[in-house]
Amino acid sequence: MLKELFHFLIYPGFLFLAVAGGFLSWFDRKVTAMLQFRKGPPVLQPFFDFLKLLLVKETILPAKGSRITFLLAPVFSLFGATVAGILIFLPLLNIKTGFAGDLIVIFYLLAIPSLAFMIGAMASGNPLASVGASREMKLMMSYELTFLLVIAGIIMKANMNIGLYDILNTQKETGAFIGSISGVLLFIATVFCVQAQLGLVPFDMAEAETEINHGSFIEYSGSVYAIVKLTKYIMLFILPAFVVTVFMGGLSWEGINILWSVLKILSVVLLITLIRNTNPRVKIKQAMRYFFIWMNLLVIIAIILIIFGL
Amino acid sequence: MLKLGFKSYIFKKSLWLFHFGGASCNNCDIEILDCLTPRYDVERFGMLLVGSVRHADVLLISGSINQKDKVRLLEIYKQAPKPILVVAIGACSCTGGIFAEGNVFAGPVDKIIPVDAYIPGCPPKPEAILAGIFKLLKKK
Repeated sequence: MLKELFHFLIYPGFLFLAVAGGFLSWFDRKVTAMLQFRKGPPVLQPFFDFLKLLLVKETILPAKGSRITFLLAPVFSLFGATVAGILIFLPLLNIKTGFAGDLIVIFYLLAIPSLAFMIGAMASGNPLASVGASREMKLMMSYELTFLLVIAGIIMKANMNIGLYDILNTQKETGAFIGSISGVLLFIATVFCVQAQLGLVPFDMAEAETEINHGSFIEYSGSVYAIVKLTKYIMLFILPAFVVTVFMGGLSWEGINILWSVLKILSVVLLITLIRNTNPRVKIKQAMRYFFIWMNLLVIIAIILIIFGL
Repeated sequence: MLKLGFKSYIFKKSLWLFHFGGASCNNCDIEILDCLTPRYDVERFGMLLVGSVRHADVLLISGSINQKDKVRLLEIYKQAPKPILVVAIGACSCTGGIFAEGNVFAGPVDKIIPVDAYIPGCPPKPEAILAGIFKLLKKK
């Protein structure tokens, strides 16, 4: 019992995910600054931001709209992100989670943060927030199908095993999935899905700062916004960890392998940051067309290649 | 406004700026945006420009405040989560500048809301804006 609580709250649970996510968020901002020839923020900046919002600032509730939904939505998003993170990290630490289909559960848990942000934005009663929420909804409808097809491709590559633990074992026997043509195609589609799920440029139309003033999060302030920030940090850690797990043969924590594990995570985050810094924000119509036609086509080609054993 | 100690330290480390332009001639606005460019880069001190006043810690006010701006400025100040610092940038918002005698002029910013720092100049250089914000941080 105590061991489970330790797994859920400290390592690899809530505390570990939050701290690692904070450092990755700093890495993201630092790389962005370096690409723009700036110096960038200090290492502890994400933690200062979070603590300032949590401890110092006042929380303002919207005058119109549902206050309880508004306050509870970020809590649910944090819950979804944390549980998804734990389910991703337990197989990575060689602990069997005990049920067979955890890949499907992770897929649904990863959808909870976007869904909760959407509900919170709708509950705030702000017109710009509802514009953001409707864009988030359309974006979610477009990338979820691609993400589901990617997961189908991964399951087919892993000899029809649905557990993350079995997928990792398959990769240990046959080599990492990214080593084949179909693996590379699936990886490209997944990186763009991750980009949309994190709400980063080119798919940040739901919280466009210059256009609709942070969209879905326009009404959040104080400690509630701190929880939103914390969810974003955790998502920035668990989605690259998921990509590493299903494509790059997972992580290991013995000797020199620690270095490779850290480098794997950092390289995926670096790729995401580079895409975010070299692209403009697209319109929601363009994003939907991009996912529905081009990304789905890519994944279907990958699945056909998997059937032929490439 | 803030008690000294941990909270005040955290607050100073992460200031998010919100920009309110009154009836400005845009020179002060351009100089504020200059602070975010690679040459001056305020992000190394943890400062970010945010789009919503709900996330703001510092209200940067530029331009002269006329009768119509006054209503909006009061509304923005009321909507901002406390504690919030107010900085008046440029001659127009500090004193009224050349508009001080105009018939639609509603008074300098400190007649409308409490101001924590004044940065005079027409327009102030980005170095002056940074120096002003740092004097404000040292004051508390």
